[in-house]
Amino acid sequence: MTAPAQQAVFDPGAAASRATDAILRDTLRGATRGVVVDSPPGAGKSTLVVRAALELAEAGRPLMVVAQTNAQVDDLVLRLAEKNPDLPVGRLHSSDTDPYDKALDALENVRTSAKAADLVGLGVVLSTAAKWAHVKGVEPWEHAIVDEAYQMRSDALLAVANLFERALFVGDPGQLDPFSVVGSEQWAGLSYDPSASAVTTLLAHNPGLPQHRLPVSWRLPASAAPLVSDAFYPYTPFRSGTGHGDRRLTLGVPSDGSGPDRVIDEAAESGWGLLELPARHTPRTDPEAVRAVATVVRRLLDRGGAAVSERSPDPVPLTADRIAVGTAHRDQAAAVRAALAELGVTEVTVDTANRLQGREYDVTVVLHPLSGRPDATAFHLETGRLCVLASRHRHACIVVCREGVGDLLDDYPSTEPVQLGTLVKFPDGWEANHAVLAHLAEHRVAWRP
Amino acid sequence: MSLIATLARLEAVSTGRAQPVATVRHRHLSERPLVFVPLTTAGEAGAPLGALVGTDRDAPRLLVVPQPRDRDLRSAFLAELADVVLPYVDGFADAVEAAERAETDPETGKRVKVEVELCADAPQLIVPSRAGVDFVRLLGRSMRFRRTAEQDPEAPFPAPPRVPLLGRWLTHFGERARVPGSSLLLAMTDLLGRHWATGQSTLEDQHLGALLAWIAPPGGRSGAEAAQEAELARDADGQLVCPPAGPATDPAFDNRLLAPAIERYDRARTALAAAEDGLEADDRLGALTAAEREIRALVESRTRPTWDAVWHGLDLLRELPPGARVEERWTRDRWSFTGHRDRVLAGEPPQPRRDDAVTAANKLAVREREQTRLEAQEALDDPLVMAGRRLAGEAFAGEVVDVVMAYSESKRPSPRPLVTVRTDDRPHLGERARAYRSLGGKPQTAEFVGYETGPEDGLVVLRVMDRMGRGKEPEEGSVPEKGDRVCFTLFEHEPRGGAKLPDPEETPWTHGGPPGEEAVPEPADPVTEEDVL
Repeated sequence: MTAPAQQAVFDPGAAASRATDAILRDTLRGATRGVVVDSPPGAGKSTLVVRAALELAEAGRPLMVVAQTNAQVDDLVLRLAEKNPDLPVGRLHSSDTDPYDKALDALENVRTSAKAADLVGLGVVLSTAAKWAHVKGVEPWEHAIVDEAYQMRSDALLAVANLFERALFVGDPGQLDPFSVVGSEQWAGLSYDPSASAVTTLLAHNPGLPQHRLPVSWRLPASAAPLVSDAFYPYTPFRSGTGHGDRRLTLGVPSDGSGPDRVIDEAAESGWGLLELPARHTPRTDPEAVRAVATVVRRLLDRGGAAVSERSPDPVPLTADRIAVGTAHRDQAAAVRAALAELGVTEVTVDTANRLQGREYDVTVVLHPLSGRPDATAFHLETGRLCVLASRHRHACIVVCREGVGDLLDDYPSTEPVQLGTLVKFPDGWEANHAVLAHLAEHRVAWRP
Repeated sequence: MSLIATLARLEAVSTGRAQPVATVRHRHLSERPLVFVPLTTAGEAGAPLGALVGTDRDAPRLLVVPQPRDRDLRSAFLAELADVVLPYVDGFADAVEAAERAETDPETGKRVKVEVELCADAPQLIVPSRAGVDFVRLLGRSMRFRRTAEQDPEAPFPAPPRVPLLGRWLTHFGERARVPGSSLLLAMTDLLGRHWATGQSTLEDQHLGALLAWIAPPGGRSGAEAAQEAELARDADGQLVCPPAGPATDPAFDNRLLAPAIERYDRARTALAAAEDGLEADDRLGALTAAEREIRALVESRTRPTWDAVWHGLDLLRELPPGARVEERWTRDRWSFTGHRDRVLAGEPPQPRRDDAVTAANKLAVREREQTRLEAQEALDDPLVMAGRRLAGEAFAGEVVDVVMAYSESKRPSPRPLVTVRTDDRPHLGERARAYRSLGGKPQTAEFVGYETGPEDGLVVLRVMDRMGRGKEPEEGSVPEKGDRVCFTLFEHEPRGGAKLPDPEETPWTHGGPPGEEAVPEPADPVTEEDVL
């Protein structure tokens, strides 16, 4: 294979640790109030956050961590406790019922409270942006880490920024932008547009802040990194941490020749598969496409898949918890769940792109956002949505789609009004959709259910 | 578009009539609204051509700018508009009722109740279409920074008194109109579109004539046919029979009727200026007056049909009973009106050109909360709206088939009864999802426990969590009983209050720090060459 030759010119481990060292240097000893880190999918963002948190805590700097969801906060607390069980950690939580993961109660050095005052003095205090916004009248923290900063809205940062002196902002610029349920065109072009992302506002007001980039995706296989990098990060390319031979997906049961089986073989071989149904305008919960998604998942489980990767030399069985289904809409996810239940599959994660952000699986099955649609709206064209769906997998991604999406794209070029003073996001969703579609076309399996 | 809205539109196509999508009226309608039908000049942003305005449907006031590019005439128009609008607005300022508001005590920092005034009613502006709302905003923007001769004797083109004040009020109306569910400034097309679904696209619904043709087709014709005619039919002179609701006018009208009339007016004016003696001037003044009258007649002919259409729309909407929570939302509008009245009385400067970071974030937060509130309240007020949410899997209704008493596992056990509901709906119930029902106007929370058999049988088991009183036994009527019809929603009924943002003086470094002190009032836009053509 080509892996050794490739490593001679590019050592992913070394490149990643060089980037991490520079980030930690700027964070711990830099002169600026903020540091921004762009991280492509699966580039070790959480690992970086945990490491930076531990080093800041070791340096005796009081640290607050701002994440966006309770699940993210709990996950960080568990990782911190795993790395350093002696570190006193505070988990600030809401006063709802079951505000945090019960697993935290078993950790000796983790204190939980709904009041920030109870947690003052602990090395690290973690909570969601929404909860931090309610904290008033406490001494500001010397340092903060803002996780998923590109998914945080500018107004959420405004509510918490007085709580810290300096901050490390970490996030993935390619994922879904934050949104608002009401119009906010009135503020478009203002540097502090409340509906923009926190990083956009931060950099507009502090253009001199150091910006770093994690250069290696450890999640995406060598088959996926170039496509995701080219389609969604054209100006900030990244590489896969593994070579072409490092990961393999094998199937114990041979193909029965059906469409789903053929697309599974194609994806196991090449990392991508497109199961194309005949062109047709359908409701959002297209019954045929939904059934096709469910059938692919069922066959993946039935055919005794096994994954070989750099993590373990022995094949690891492809179980239901290592597979996810991604959709654009919640009703589609509900329909897929129902179809899977009919086929007796219950453990597989089925969710929308928004909720799959930050998650990782061995194989993903995606219902294409534009499949069967008569039109392409800004929602369905959003770059981040496709990027999330196409970058959750370690081994293979299978897309289920109706024929004719290429024509649909050509019929509906992006027509978003240009707002003065706003940064045009590049590439736009139209461009990215075409890039992905062109690549998928090489792994196409046409099927009439 | 929701599934039920799509179905309603399909039904409208097949029956040839708009279909109701609401059984109650979801917006407040004033007893005495001020209807405003403005027209603007083509190719000249913010240059009004004229308007019909007033509260009496039989006697609208016609305001016309015979030469829209003439700034003096425009000023006179705005002054006249102020004479109609401001007395109407002021008419609501004095009747007040006592109300309480929570404020932070500056000394103790605690939240205390303060007795304040709340205007008993508020003005309501109705314009024909969404473009009219934008025009109101534009007029407000163009007037509020103007300076009167009294404010600034040096001003090169002083504004007539009260014009800047009108600008501030129109700006307030325009900003408030961005708050979901507010009713201070409403567009008739939005109002009708909220309550009826037509067989055309929402874009086509912006044409007031076509929209009304679908809702109330004249003489037993089909809505599609009547709407087509409203959009396209022209008379022998090539003019639209149903002129667009404005503020933009039809190009055929501009080119064939308006432009020649304005030209005649200009010529008459030049001739009058060149008159050499009084007798000649008298004659030429007569010609000028005639030319002006002609333009007035033209403007009236284009605005009057729209004026009548707006009132027709109001008639249709008034036939619907108001939703139960409409009054509550109108009270918020009254607060908004009272607040701006107080700011004007206190001599505060006009609304700034751009919001600062904190104001913008606060406005967005309010609008998002109001959007959530509006969506929940409309569903609770109206079974037809709720049906749409049920169809979308966001609510379910059914009959209680079983109630089993259970208690929480704490030292002092509280009631946590298990209620089984049989429903034909297909709600998206996740593990431990919350469901809410309205109990005496307040939301009662329940937790989804599971399906008694399978999801396909529709037997939903819920655990009721609150609003059962403090005792060990739930209060009378607080737990559904076997045989009751109940409706649970998966969305909350009241939006959660957001966190308080910092004061503008404490804007953090991430957002550019505190805005600079603005000691001098913002100037009006600088005068350009085009302004003094």
